[in-house]
Amino acid sequence: MTLFLQRIIDGLQNGAIYSVVAIPMVLIFKATTLINFAQGELAMIGAFFAFVFAVQAFNMNIILATILAMILAAALGMAIERTMLRSFDPTDHLPVVLITLGVFYIINALAGDIWNYQAQNLPDDTNLLYQLPLIGDWMQGRSSFFTSETNRLGLRIQHDSVGLVGALLLMLLALHVILNRTKMGLAFRGVSSNTESSRLVGIRVGRILSFGWGLACAFGALGAILVMPRITLQPNMMLTVLVYALAAAAFGGLDSVGGAAIGGFAVGLLNSVILGYVADIDRLSSLTAAPLAMPVVLLLVVLWFKPQGLFGTKTVERV
Amino acid sequence: MSDIMLQVKDLQASYGQVDVLRGVDLEVKTGEVCVILGANGAGKTTTLRAICNMPIVQSSGSITFAGQDVSKADTGGIVGQGMAHVPQGRGTFPELSTMENLQLGAYVRKDKEVDDDVDRWFQMFPVLKERKDQAAGSLSGGEQQMLAVSRALMSRPKLLLLDEPSLGLAPIIIEDLFGTFKQINQDEGTTMLIVEQNANLALSIAQSAYVLETGSIALSGPAAQLRDDPAVQEAYLGA
Repeated sequence: MTLFLQRIIDGLQNGAIYSVVAIPMVLIFKATTLINFAQGELAMIGAFFAFVFAVQAFNMNIILATILAMILAAALGMAIERTMLRSFDPTDHLPVVLITLGVFYIINALAGDIWNYQAQNLPDDTNLLYQLPLIGDWMQGRSSFFTSETNRLGLRIQHDSVGLVGALLLMLLALHVILNRTKMGLAFRGVSSNTESSRLVGIRVGRILSFGWGLACAFGALGAILVMPRITLQPNMMLTVLVYALAAAAFGGLDSVGGAAIGGFAVGLLNSVILGYVADIDRLSSLTAAPLAMPVVLLLVVLWFKPQGLFGTKTVERV
Repeated sequence: MSDIMLQVKDLQASYGQVDVLRGVDLEVKTGEVCVILGANGAGKTTTLRAICNMPIVQSSGSITFAGQDVSKADTGGIVGQGMAHVPQGRGTFPELSTMENLQLGAYVRKDKEVDDDVDRWFQMFPVLKERKDQAAGSLSGGEQQMLAVSRALMSRPKLLLLDEPSLGLAPIIIEDLFGTFKQINQDEGTTMLIVEQNANLALSIAQSAYVLETGSIALSGPAAQLRDDPAVQEAYLGA
């Protein structure tokens, strides 16, 4: 029973990581109905921006470094949309998706060239969660319940996992406010719903697409900065996460921000629980590649039975 | 303000290789209801699309709207200057609620009276108020058309373009809708350019009319005159 609970907790911890990459992916899907394969790498480069500001060059406080990195990542995302994607017919998905794949490799290679492929040494004060006012001390502190040791229930629940889930909820809240309570957010949802009519109400669609890319990249960077103490900072940090995030986004429905968050937890849980037990079966324990296949299997199952995902829009129109 | 709301000269338009309009000239006077009649494929929808310079058509020619040359302006800019377009097939935002559709209609406005206008159109179309939190895509055809018209009026347009508003609606709803158009035209002074296949009804509320045939204007004149024209009667009024 304790083992089962621990697997659930581990699953949720990993799930939060998948969610933070899946959410920006959904934002871009909502704006453009295309899957941005470069999302993981854009988040990774965002984390490196923060690393440069906080560690390599300017020795900034990580909170300030995070804000600057988010702005820079947003600018990069907007620039990519403007220069590489805008001129293509958005209804023809293949070239655009291929471009995002290209962007993926370019960013990965550039990052590898600049920072090499070794994991960077991250000082403790680059853990954004530890530096937050009010709760930072608590997360860094050593309560007897949330520690890296086994607590009195026989479980390991780390502070920063709790913090990560909390941060994820805050991200969702922020996005909810931006998308549902601001004029720009309403315009964004309008473009997502009907591009042609958006033009007819006077929305400059190009600007909204830029906004969507900027928003996605800023939040992607934030997510990567939050998880980098856990998954290390190096150019390939998002490679496996991307596969899980993709499954999470599809599970939640590709166009539902909340769905992507729940999808992330679902993928994390399934992965941890099912694979935990599969690994206990002697004959199957040698299947070391199984974890990566897991999200793909989930993806197939979801697409087979519920193509619009759990929370996605199934377009119902009466004429 | 000049008497001419919209002046279109030598409008040509195509979709890629397919030429649809071959030099259309038309004029809509301020405050009037003008109707464009024509068979399927004559280019009625394309005319409206080209007037707002929608990216889907490539067009050339001169378009003067409220005294300003808008031939080169982009769709968003033209809408900002006071033209609203209710496209064929309603053009609502199906995933958004009725209320959000109306708010988006007021996207170009910066004043504080948006809520007042929402109330006004809710009074005109009470059923929309009942559906205000419902997704637009779940409304019936007639309700969606009312929403599309209200959405367009939310921008407080000088000129309202309506593309086949009767399409797919029951006759009794169509009659109501045209009654409402007439009322809005009289009460608000909104100039209207309506593209319609339901010629009888359209001519009954219009002051002037054009007949479009294979991409150019075949006939034009006061609506009453066209209604009595034997050629129009035979071709469009089923006489």
